[in-house]
Amino acid sequence: MQWETVIGLEVHVQLATRSKIFSGASTAFGAEPNTQACAVDLGLPGVLPVLNEQAVAMAVQFGLGIHAEIPEVSVFDRKNYFYPDLPKGYQTSQMYHPIVGPGEVEITLEDGSTKAVRVHHAHLEEDAGKSLHEDFHGMTGIDLNRAGTPLLEIVSEPDMRSAKEAAAYLKAIHSIVTYLGISDGNMAEGSMRCDVNVSVRPRGETTFGTRAEIKNVNSFRFVERAIEYEVERQIELLEAGGEVVQETRLYDPEADETRSMRTKEEANDYRYFPCPDLLPVVLDQAYVDHLRDNLPELPAAKRARFQDELGLSAYDAGVLSASRAMAEYFERVKAVCGDAKQAANWVQGELSGALNREGLAIADSPVSADQLGELIARVKDDTISGKAAKQVFQALWHGEGESADAIIETKGLKQVTDTGAIEAMIDQVIADSPAQVAQYRDAEPEKRGKMIGYFVGQVMKASRGTANPQQVNALLKEKLDALC
Amino acid sequence: MHDKTLTELAAALSAGEFSSRELTEHLLARIERHDGALNSFITVTAEQALAAADAADAARARGEAGPLPGLPLALKDIFCTRGVKTSCGSRMLDNFTAPYDAGVVEKLADAGTVSLGKTNMDEFAMGSSNENSFFGPVKNPWDLGAVPGGSSGGSAAAVAAGLVPAALGTDTGGSIRQPAAFCGITGLKPTYGRVSRYGMIAYASSLDQAGPMARSAADCAHLLGVLAGHDLRDSTSVARGVPDYAADLDAPLSGLKIGLPREYFGDGLSPEVEGAVREAVKVYESLGASVREVSLPHTHYAIPAYYVIAPAEASSNLSRYDGVRFGHRCEDPADLMDLYKRTRAEGFGEEVKRRILIGTHTLSEGFFDAYYKKAQKVRRLIRQDFLDAFDEVDVLMGPASPTPAFDLGAKKDPVSMYLQDIYTIAINLAGIPGISVPAGFANGRPVGLQILGTHFAEARLLNVAHQFQQATDWHLRRPALAEETA
Amino acid sequence: MALEHADVLRAAHLARLGLDEGEADRYLGDLGRILEMVDQLQALDTDGVAPLAHPLDATQRLRADEVTEADQRETFQRCAPAVENGLYLVPRVVE
Repeated sequence: MQWETVIGLEVHVQLATRSKIFSGASTAFGAEPNTQACAVDLGLPGVLPVLNEQAVAMAVQFGLGIHAEIPEVSVFDRKNYFYPDLPKGYQTSQMYHPIVGPGEVEITLEDGSTKAVRVHHAHLEEDAGKSLHEDFHGMTGIDLNRAGTPLLEIVSEPDMRSAKEAAAYLKAIHSIVTYLGISDGNMAEGSMRCDVNVSVRPRGETTFGTRAEIKNVNSFRFVERAIEYEVERQIELLEAGGEVVQETRLYDPEADETRSMRTKEEANDYRYFPCPDLLPVVLDQAYVDHLRDNLPELPAAKRARFQDELGLSAYDAGVLSASRAMAEYFERVKAVCGDAKQAANWVQGELSGALNREGLAIADSPVSADQLGELIARVKDDTISGKAAKQVFQALWHGEGESADAIIETKGLKQVTDTGAIEAMIDQVIADSPAQVAQYRDAEPEKRGKMIGYFVGQVMKASRGTANPQQVNALLKEKLDALC
Repeated sequence: MHDKTLTELAAALSAGEFSSRELTEHLLARIERHDGALNSFITVTAEQALAAADAADAARARGEAGPLPGLPLALKDIFCTRGVKTSCGSRMLDNFTAPYDAGVVEKLADAGTVSLGKTNMDEFAMGSSNENSFFGPVKNPWDLGAVPGGSSGGSAAAVAAGLVPAALGTDTGGSIRQPAAFCGITGLKPTYGRVSRYGMIAYASSLDQAGPMARSAADCAHLLGVLAGHDLRDSTSVARGVPDYAADLDAPLSGLKIGLPREYFGDGLSPEVEGAVREAVKVYESLGASVREVSLPHTHYAIPAYYVIAPAEASSNLSRYDGVRFGHRCEDPADLMDLYKRTRAEGFGEEVKRRILIGTHTLSEGFFDAYYKKAQKVRRLIRQDFLDAFDEVDVLMGPASPTPAFDLGAKKDPVSMYLQDIYTIAINLAGIPGISVPAGFANGRPVGLQILGTHFAEARLLNVAHQFQQATDWHLRRPALAEETA
Repeated sequence: MALEHADVLRAAHLARLGLDEGEADRYLGDLGRILEMVDQLQALDTDGVAPLAHPLDATQRLRADEVTEADQRETFQRCAPAVENGLYLVPRVVE
C-alpha cells in the first residue's frame, strides 16, 4: 500500500524580551538557579501579573510577518495542572482568543520549489521552569529562572507531507523570527522548541489517521529524523494489522527512535478559563498599522526580490535570504560594488568558504561587507585582476590592511593599463624571444592562437602580474601578426 | 482613648493630648486583656507597632507627618506584610512569613499609620461566620456566643471591641459589610479596581476588593483616601483620580433619591432587621430624601452564580499551595503525588476543600459551559439590574444581612450558611461599592443598613452614610466587654 | 446534573486533594446540595447574553519591557520547605 504522511507542528518560540511576560525579572539565559525568579514568577501568595508590552508587539510582528489576521481582542486563559516547575499550578496562556489568527508560511524545498503551510493561530503564554534530575539524594531540583519567559506558540495546520517539509517549515519559522528580531532562535538553549504531530494514511484517503505527538524536539535535524522514524514505525504497525495509539512520545537522538512516554493514569483536564487577573488585550488599528509599517522585509519577499530584481538564481536567492545577517551582508556588498551577481558570487564563494573553514558566523566575519564591496569594485573597474583580488581578500581576512585600496597600494597589485607601458614590455619580450617569434610566424594561422600563451606569460611575468591580461592579449596579437 | 474615632484620635494626637506611643501602648494592653476571649488577632506585632508609633511621634515633632500620622489600625491576615506571619487563616500558611508588603500595606505605612497586627479571618476569606479559621473562631464582642460574621470577622470584632480604631478587611461576597453589620461598625467595600489587590492573597480575583472597617463613615472616608488609587502591579486596578472622600461628607441629602429593592425585603428577612432598616429609611426621609421601590429581578440568581464563579477562580488561585516553594509541606512524601495530595489535604480546612472541589468540578470538561459560562452570563444580567436601578435612583438601601449575628455553631449546613449572603453577594458580581452602617439592634445584636451606589460612587455613599451618623447614634454604641463589667 | 462519588474523587484528584472514602462520601453530600442550589441558574434564559468576566469593561494595561526585579533568592527561599544549592527540592520526578 502507498502511505501518505501528515504532519503538523507546534513551535514554541521564546521571545527576546528583556524581562518576563508578566514580571520585571530578567530573561537572560544561564544565571544561577532561581536568581531570576521574582515574587511573581514564584507565584508567592498575593502577587499579580502585568503584561509586557514588548511581548505583545513581538507576537503581533510575527502575525504580520505571516500575513495573519490580528484580532482586535485577545484574552489570557489559565491552563490548570500540577507540576513542580509550574509555580502557580496553572500556566497563563491563550486558549480561546489568541493574539494571532490564521496565517501562512511559505517554505522552500530542496529543489527550490515553494509551498504554503497554513498557520492555525499563534498565542502568547509563559514558559515553565526546569526540573533538574541530578542526584539530590533521590530528589529533583527545581530552577524557576525560566518560569515566566514569554513564549509564542505557533500552531500549524496539518499541511506537511514529509519530514523534509516539516524541517523546511521549522527553518522558515526560524528565519522569520530571527529576521524580525523577536527571538534569538537558539535551539540549543531552548529558545525554539517543537512538538510534532505525525500520522499516516493510505494515499488517497481524506480523513486523518490517528496521530502521535512527539514532544520537545530541539533541532532541525532531529525533527527530520524523529518524523522519519515515527512514520516508519506507524506504517509497520499498520501493515502488521496493528493500530496507532494516540499518545505522546519522546525522540531519543542517541538511539534515533521515538518512545512512548509513560502513559498518564488519566486524560488531562486542563480546566481552561479566562484569567481573572488579566484583562482583555485590545489592539487598536493604528498600533497594528504602525508595527506593519515598520516591519523589515521578510525572507520570502527578499528571496523573490533577489530573483526578480537582481536576477539571481533560485538557489542563490534562497541561500542569501536564509538569514537576516546573511541577507544584510549581501545587500551591503551589492550596494557598495553595484553588481549583484558578483556580490553573490563572492559572498557564497570566497567568503562562505573562509567562514566555513573557520566555523564562523557571518556576523563574526573578519572582512566587512564594505571591505568586500570595495574589493569587488576594484575588480570591476580593472584596478586589479581577479587573481590579485583573491590575494587582497586573504590580506583583508588576516587584517593586513584597513581596506582593499590600502592593500592594493602596499602590495603594489594595481593593474597596469597604460598601453604605452604594456607595449614597451611586449616589445621587450618580442625582442628577447626570436626563436618563439619565428615559430609563431611559421605556424598555420589557426594554431597561432595557442602559441600566443607563451608571450602572454612572459609579459605578465615581466609586469609581476599587474598588466591587464586582456590588454596584453590584444596588443600582443596585433604586434605579432604585424610581424607575419 | 479606645472609644474615639480615627478623626477624634487624629485631633487628639495633633493637639498633643497623648502621643502615638501612649495610644499604641494603651491599645496593646487592651488586646492583651480582651483578645483571649475574642480571638480577633492571629498575630500582634507589638514591637513593630511601638517602633512605628515612635517614628510617627518623631515625624510629627519634625512637622513631617503623613495624612494619618500615628493612627493605629489592624490588617486582616490576608494582606502580605514583610517579615510578619501572613497566614490567611490557614494551616497552609501558618509558617509563612511574607517577604514583601501588599500595596495597601505600603500605602498605610506611608500615611503614617501604626499596624498593631494581623486579624483573624475565615480561611482564605471563605466563610460568613469566622468559624472557618485554622486559628479558631472569633467571638462577637456584643455577645460571646454569637459569631462576628465573616470573613473579615477579626477586623470587625477588634474595631467593635475598641482594640483598634480601624482595620482593613476584604470583601468577595460580603466579607466586609456582613461582619461590620454583625459587630455594629461601619464597613465599606469599594468599587472593584478602586483599591489595589497586589499582595492581598487571592480568593476570587474578579470579586475580591479591600476596604476600610471603622467606627464611622467619616473614618472610612479618610482611610479610603489613602487606600484608593492606581497600582501598576495590579492589572485590574483602575487608573482614575482619587477624589477627596471627606470633602462632601457634609453635603445635605435633600433631593437624594433612594431605591428600596423589592427583592431585599422578601422571605427570610427577620422582622427585627426589617424594622430597623425601615426606621433608618425614615430618618433619610426626614433628611429630605425621597424613597421609592425598585426591582433587581435577578437577585435570586446571585448566590448560585457566585458559587460557580468564586469557587472556580479559587480552585485555580489556590493551586500554588503545593508544598514546594513556601507554606505547609507534609512529612516524608513518598513521591510527588503524595507530596501534593497530603500537603493540600493537611493544609486546607474543610470549607476551602469544599470550594476547591466545587470549582474544580464546574470547570472540568463537559461542565464548563453549563456552569462557568452560564454563571458569567447571569453575572452580566445581575450587573445590568443595578445599572438600570441607578438610572432611576442615586442609592439603594436594604439590610446587609437577613438576620443579626447568629450563634456560634448554629449553621452546620454549607448551603444555609451561603444563603446568609443574599444581600451582599450580588454587589461583588456587579463590582459596585457598598457600605454597611449600624442601624439599630435586634435582640441585643447589631443590625446593619446597607447602602449601595453605582461604580465609583464611594464619595456619595460616604456622604449618605455620614449624614445618617450625624442624625443617629447607633455607630457610637459600644459593647460592654466581659472583664470590664466584671 | 447529579453528582456522583466518582465525580468527587475525580475532582479531588485533579485538585490534588487527598481524600479518604469517608471524606469523599461527606463531600458528595455537601457538593450535591451546593450544585443543586447552583442548578437554579439553568432555569434562567441567557440566550444572547455575553459572559461577563470582569465587572468593569476595562482593558489590559501594558508594562514597559524593563528589568525591575533584583535577585532575592535568599529572602524567598527562607520560607521554602526544602532547598539545596539554590534549587527547590521535590520527590524525584520521573520524566
